[in-house]
Amino acid sequence: MSTGTPEIIPPPGQEPLLSVRRLCKYYPIYGKGFRRKQTGLVKAADDVSFELWPGQTFGIVGESGCGKTTVGRSIVRAIAPTSGEVLFRHDGRCSDLVKLDEKGLKPLRTRLQMVFQDPFSSLNPRMTVRDIVAEPLLINKLARGSELEDRVAAMLVKVGLKPEHRLRYPHAFSGGQRQRIGIARALVMHPSLVVCDEAVSALDVSVQAQVINLLQDLQQDLGLTYIFIAHDLSVVRHICNRVAVMYAGKIVELEETSRLFSQPEHPYTRALLSAVPSPDPDVPMKTDLAGDVGDPGINPLVMRGKFLE
Amino acid sequence: MDSSVKENVLDVMDLHVCFHTDEGDIRAVDGVTFSMQRGRVTALVGESGCGKSATSYSILRLLQSPGEITGGRILFHPQGGGEIDITALGDNSEGLFRLRGGRISMIFQEPMTALSPVHTIGNQVCEAILLHQKVSKAEAREKAIEMLRKVGISSAETRIDQFPFEMSGGMRQRVVIAMALVCNPEILIADEPTTAVDVTIQAQIMGLIRTLQRDMGTSTLLITHDLGVVAQLADHVAVMYLGRIVERADVRSLMKTPRHPYTMGLLNSLPSLAMNKKRLPSIGGSVPGMMEIPPGCPFNPRCRYAQPGRCDVGHPPGPETIGEGHEVACLRAREIMAEKIT
Repeated sequence: MSTGTPEIIPPPGQEPLLSVRRLCKYYPIYGKGFRRKQTGLVKAADDVSFELWPGQTFGIVGESGCGKTTVGRSIVRAIAPTSGEVLFRHDGRCSDLVKLDEKGLKPLRTRLQMVFQDPFSSLNPRMTVRDIVAEPLLINKLARGSELEDRVAAMLVKVGLKPEHRLRYPHAFSGGQRQRIGIARALVMHPSLVVCDEAVSALDVSVQAQVINLLQDLQQDLGLTYIFIAHDLSVVRHICNRVAVMYAGKIVELEETSRLFSQPEHPYTRALLSAVPSPDPDVPMKTDLAGDVGDPGINPLVMRGKFLE
Repeated sequence: MDSSVKENVLDVMDLHVCFHTDEGDIRAVDGVTFSMQRGRVTALVGESGCGKSATSYSILRLLQSPGEITGGRILFHPQGGGEIDITALGDNSEGLFRLRGGRISMIFQEPMTALSPVHTIGNQVCEAILLHQKVSKAEAREKAIEMLRKVGISSAETRIDQFPFEMSGGMRQRVVIAMALVCNPEILIADEPTTAVDVTIQAQIMGLIRTLQRDMGTSTLLITHDLGVVAQLADHVAVMYLGRIVERADVRSLMKTPRHPYTMGLLNSLPSLAMNKKRLPSIGGSVPGMMEIPPGCPFNPRCRYAQPGRCDVGHPPGPETIGEGHEVACLRAREIMAEKIT
């Protein structure tokens, strides 16, 4: 938890849980016509590197289209990166997630989980809460019979739901409760790394605070490590130890949280921070940001060049 | 201001909106009263399902079945004097069509869906002009280009022949704003104008609304859930919860000295950029469904100040004035104030 006092990075005597090195994800653009010749590349994530220590929360912020979700999904191998390394430490070993094939990844899938943004479309409406939360355990053959039921019930209690909610369907729950179901599904296998992709963005303010508190409590209880992807800077500041600011596929600034917010170095970070409207009417905001978000397909220098050298 | 012109441009009085469903009637708006001052920005704030959009749709009579205005009046005081009761106008009456998009217009939330994908933006902006003003097509086009330039679209002469899909989200939202303002309306209703765009674009759009509002003197009704946007744009604020206004004040006193427990909770649960606390003070529970509105004060099950036997019985409390232009619908407002000071 960020307390305002600068922390020692890296923490002494600890190996990073995750090392991302020169991670790239390129999507080809194909031209028109019969042959559909490749005409260009979208560099969704370009040369992204960072390290993450156990028990920490690492934030990735940026505007839509900056590649933050691509990085998150590449790490859990929901998509296959083009190049780079994702070194993940588990059970005393270290695996490169980029090089592993599906079979090699399978045992690691239980250690890497994801919480999604939209609590309305990320839960299957035809499955009960019990089925949703039990599915990962069944697929990975981690529990069955009464043990399975116990683990599901215990997990529901942990995220603030009641065991009797098991037999209901997602439509019977509010947005905040659904996000709790999504969190229960991600945590039921006791992962070590959880990627929260805009996990609280779709929630109302009063419920958002509850879910943020829940995520922090669970982190303490279960020793989780989070990658927290968000566009809301105040949320990121609240829960992250370190934050990477992304723009057009690249990390433009990576800094310990309190420093990033008190002394932003990069002009884009400064612009982003000044754009957040303050709830205090006496603090005026800057509204003169020029241009549009860089389109990663074309040279971002053309669009809003002042942010990238 | 000319004394013959009424100070309020719009009065919403005891508005009731009902959605008739198979499970029963949902009272989405339950006795809402507020006024909009001429040339000012009035904000309606609340979480999803609080009835803020139903209120704004009622003002333009855009509610569709099963929604229906079941009571109350909406009085519009145009610049030239007189008074129009919007609730009394016929569904397809000439008077209503003249208001919509002409004297009262609206910016919708989704810049993706508010524009027709099969018409150029020029066609869409000109449509509003041709409907409400007696001008030729060429003149309308000129006006449209001028308006697009005003909302900050560069090379408007060429952009006007583009389709919405050729533009970014921020550009589209500018087009929607241009469409709403091209007939120089007296009232602009902005329903979540920045929810679907990024912070940097939001900052631009907010700056744009502020400048245009100042230059054109439009009275604006801002519908939003974002308290930061409210603090930066609004002059007056009404906070809604479960179809009722729970607190109303000018923006400074509402943000600095909120008096309703719900408003206090909302402001406290914002993770702030300035300070860094370990745990966010959150409001317990969640917004109940519209079918199960609790008796007494609708907020009482989630309120940390609620007193059993007092807050959870009878009718919901009505608004009470506790400061200059500051109204609160809470039985314990004064007691909580005293408690906080001592």
